Amino acid sequence: MDTAGTIFLPPGSSTLAGDVDALFYFLVYASIAVFGIVVFALVFFIIRYRHRRTEKLATTQGPSHSLRLELLWSIIPTILVIIVFVWGFRVFIRMHVVPKDAMEIKVTGQKWFWSFDYPEGIATVNELVVPVGKPVKLLMSSSDVIHSFFVPHFRIKMDVLPNRYTVTWFEAIRPGNYDLFCAEFCGDGHSDMIGKVRVVSEREFAEWLETGTAGGEDLPPEQYGASLFVGRACHTCHSVEGQRMIGPALNGIFGKEHALASGERVIADENYLRESILEPQAKIVAGYEPVMPTYQGLLNDRQIDALIAYLKSLE
Amino acid sequence: MDTTFERSYLKTPKGLASWLFTLDHKRIGLLYLFGIMGAFLIGGVFALLVRLELFGPDKTLMDADTYNQFFTLHGAIMIFMFIIPSIPATLGNFLLPQMIGARDVAFPRLNLLSWYVYIFGSVFAVYSIAAGGVDTGWTFYTPYSTESTGAVISMTLGIFILGFSSIFTGLNFIVTIHKMRLPGLTWYKLPLFVWGLYATAIIQVLATPVLGITLLLLIMERTFGIGIFDPAMGGDPVLYQHFFWFYSHPAVYIMILPGMGIISELIAVFSHRRIFGYKAIAYSSLAIAFVSFLVWGHHMFTSGQSELAATIFSFLTFLVGIPSGIKVFNWLATLYKGKITLDTPMLYALSFLFLFTIGGLTGVFLGALAVDVHLHDTYFVVAHFHYVMMGGTVMAFLGGLHYWWSKMWGRHYSERWAKITCALIFIGFNVTFFSQFFLGAKGMPRRYYNYLDQFQPLHAFSSVGSLILGAGFVVMAVYLIFSIFKGRRAGTNPWGAMTLEWTNPTPPPPENFTEPPRLEYGPYDYDRVAVERTDT
Repeated sequence: MDTAGTIFLPPGSSTLAGDVDALFYFLVYASIAVFGIVVFALVFFIIRYRHRRTEKLATTQGPSHSLRLELLWSIIPTILVIIVFVWGFRVFIRMHVVPKDAMEIKVTGQKWFWSFDYPEGIATVNELVVPVGKPVKLLMSSSDVIHSFFVPHFRIKMDVLPNRYTVTWFEAIRPGNYDLFCAEFCGDGHSDMIGKVRVVSEREFAEWLETGTAGGEDLPPEQYGASLFVGRACHTCHSVEGQRMIGPALNGIFGKEHALASGERVIADENYLRESILEPQAKIVAGYEPVMPTYQGLLNDRQIDALIAYLKSLE
Repeated sequence: MDTTFERSYLKTPKGLASWLFTLDHKRIGLLYLFGIMGAFLIGGVFALLVRLELFGPDKTLMDADTYNQFFTLHGAIMIFMFIIPSIPATLGNFLLPQMIGARDVAFPRLNLLSWYVYIFGSVFAVYSIAAGGVDTGWTFYTPYSTESTGAVISMTLGIFILGFSSIFTGLNFIVTIHKMRLPGLTWYKLPLFVWGLYATAIIQVLATPVLGITLLLLIMERTFGIGIFDPAMGGDPVLYQHFFWFYSHPAVYIMILPGMGIISELIAVFSHRRIFGYKAIAYSSLAIAFVSFLVWGHHMFTSGQSELAATIFSFLTFLVGIPSGIKVFNWLATLYKGKITLDTPMLYALSFLFLFTIGGLTGVFLGALAVDVHLHDTYFVVAHFHYVMMGGTVMAFLGGLHYWWSKMWGRHYSERWAKITCALIFIGFNVTFFSQFFLGAKGMPRRYYNYLDQFQPLHAFSSVGSLILGAGFVVMAVYLIFSIFKGRRAGTNPWGAMTLEWTNPTPPPPENFTEPPRLEYGPYDYDRVAVERTDT
C-alpha cells in the first residue's frame, strides 16, 4: 500500500495491514462484479420487458424453474465464500499469533483515557511510543467497563475487558503518528478517548526510554502543568474555560469554597487538589458523578506540583 | 351510497369501543399500523437529531449525554417497537387469513392481547425517556449497562414485555398456517409471503424467550446485585454478549424474512409472471431461519472469544449468504420474459433488490475474520446494518404498504406523489448511508459524539442525506393520510394479482369472504390465465 492510502482505507502502516488490505480489495472487486451482474440484469429486463398499463395483459410464458440455474447460483457463491472464509481465517490467525521476540507493553483502558506501562517502569497516558520495525505485544485490561483498542492504520482492534487480559500485537513499518480510538461505547467521554501511537526509530526510542516522559520538565511549572493537562487527558473531562463537561471546569476554582455532594463545603487548596488527583472519590463536587479514575502511579510528585501550579494560574 | 364500504370491516361495527375490543385480524393489523407508525415517527426524529449533531465535530446541538441517549432511543425504538412488529403484525395480521382463505387467525383473542402487550411494553420503553433516559446503546452491553445511572430497568422491562407480543403473534401465525388453510390449499400453493411469515414465526417463538431471560438477568443484577455479567460482582460481561446476540442475531432475520416474502409477491405481480424457483425461495427462507441460530458469535470477533469459536462462527455466517443469494437470483429470473409495470410498489421492490444486494455483499466483508477486525464497531457496520434493515426491510414494508393500501382502505393514494417520494427516499437513503461505508473503512468508530476533523466532509454529506430522507417520509405521510379520506375509490383487483386476498370485496367485509373462495388457480398462475385488472 502506498502511504497516501486509498479512497477506502487509511495507509497501511503495520506488517499485517498489507494482508488485510489484499483481502479487503479482493472483496471490493468481487462485490462490484456481483453487484454489476445484478444491476445489469435488473435494468436490462426492465427495459426489455417493460409493459405499459394501457396495454392489455396476456399470459406470460417464462420458465418457472431450472435446476441447472439454481445449482449454478448456489455453487459459484459457495466457492467464492469458501475462498473468502479461508483467506480471512489465515490472516486472522496471523493477527493472533504474537511473535516470540515482541516487546510487551501493558495497556489499561479506563473512563476515558488509555495508559501504557513499559517494562522499564515508564508510564504514559494517551501516547503509545514504539520503535519502528519491532513487534509490540499489548497486554490489555480495563479498570471499569469494556473498551476497545483500535488503530485504523495498523488494522488492529481488540476489546479491553475488566475481568481478563486480552492481547493484540503489531509491528509498525514506518515512523509517524497514528490515531488510537476507543471502539466500544463506554459513556460520555467515549468519543474523546482518543490517543496517539507515535512510531519512532530505534535510536529515538532508546533516547525516549532514557529521558522517559520527562519532556517538558525543564519548563516553568505552570507551562509544564499545562502540557500535562492535555498529555494526561485531564482535558477530556475538565474544561479550563468554564463550561461544564463530565467533570467541573477547573479555571478560577483555586482558593474558593465549593459545595460537595456530601453536603459539606471545602476550600480548594493545594492539598484538596492533590487528593482529588490521587483519590478522586474522596470528595465529590455537588452535581457531578463519581467517575474519575485515580492517577496514582501515573503522575510523580513533580508532575502533580506542576499541575497544581497550572490550575492556580487559571482565571 | 357505496354499500361495499358501508359493509366493510372499516365501518361495521362502528364506534371506538368496537375498535379497541375488536377481534378482527384486519382491525388489529390497523391498530398495529398506528402503533408502529408512531414508533417510526419518534425513532425517526431521534435519527434526524443524531445526524444533525454529527453535522460537525464537537458540540453542534446537544451535549454528549443527550447524544448518547438519542442514539440509544433511536436504536431501541426502531428495532423493538418498529421494525420487529412492522411487517408481521401489520401486513401479516391484515393479510394472512385473507391469503389462505380463512375468516380470521387461529386465536383472535390472543391476537388482540398481543397488541395490548405491545402498547404496554412501548409505554414502559417510552417512559424511560422521561425517567432519566437510557445511554447504553440498544445492545445494553454490560458492565456499562449495570453501572449506567439511566433508566435502564424501565427500558429493558419494556423490551421484555414487547417480546411477549412478538411471541404471541408468532405462535398465532404458526397455528393459523398449519390449521386454517382453505381445504386444498397445500403448502406449495401458498403465497411466498406466507412462507416468509412462517419462517419468521418460528424464530420469534424460539429465540425471543432468550432475550427475555437475558434482560431479566440484567434487571436482577441491577436491582438485587446478583453477579451475572458484572465482573465487580463476580460476573462475566462477555457472557452477556453471547446471550444478547443469541436472540438479536436471529432477530435480524425476524426483521428481513417477512420483507423477502413481500418482495416475492411484488416481483411476481408486477412482472405478471409465475415466480421463478418457487420451492427454492420457500426453502431458502427456512434455511435462513435455521442457520440464523448458529451465527451469533460473528458480532464478537474482537470481543476476546476464542479463535476457534470465531472461526466456526465465521464459516457458519457465510452459509447464510448462500440462501440469500439464491433469493436475489430467483427474483431477477422472475423478471425475465415478464410484463413489467413500474407502479410504486414495484419501484420499492426494485429499490430493495438494489439496496439489499449492497447490504448482503458488505455483510461478506464483515463475515471475513481479518477484515472484520478492522471494520468492526465502525460506521461500516452502521452502513451495512441500515442497508439491510432500511434498504431491505423498510423498502419491502413500504412496497407492501403501497401494494395493499387500497385493500386496507378501499382507496388509492396519488401515484404521482408516491413515485416522487420513492425517488426522494431512494436518493436520501443512499446519500445518508453509502457515505458511511467510506467513513467506516477510514476508521471512524460508531457511537461517537465528537470526531476528528478528517471525517467531517463525509459526516456532513451523510447528514444532508438524512434530511432528504426525512422530507420523503413527511411527504409520504401527507399523501397517505389524504388518500384515506379523499383518495380515488379502488376496485377489487387493481394490480391484476392472483392471490386470494384480491378476490374478496375491497375493502373486505368483517368475515373476509362473502362467498367461499375458490381455488381455481395457484397464486402465480400467470402462464395459465390473463388476469384482468378490476379497478373502478
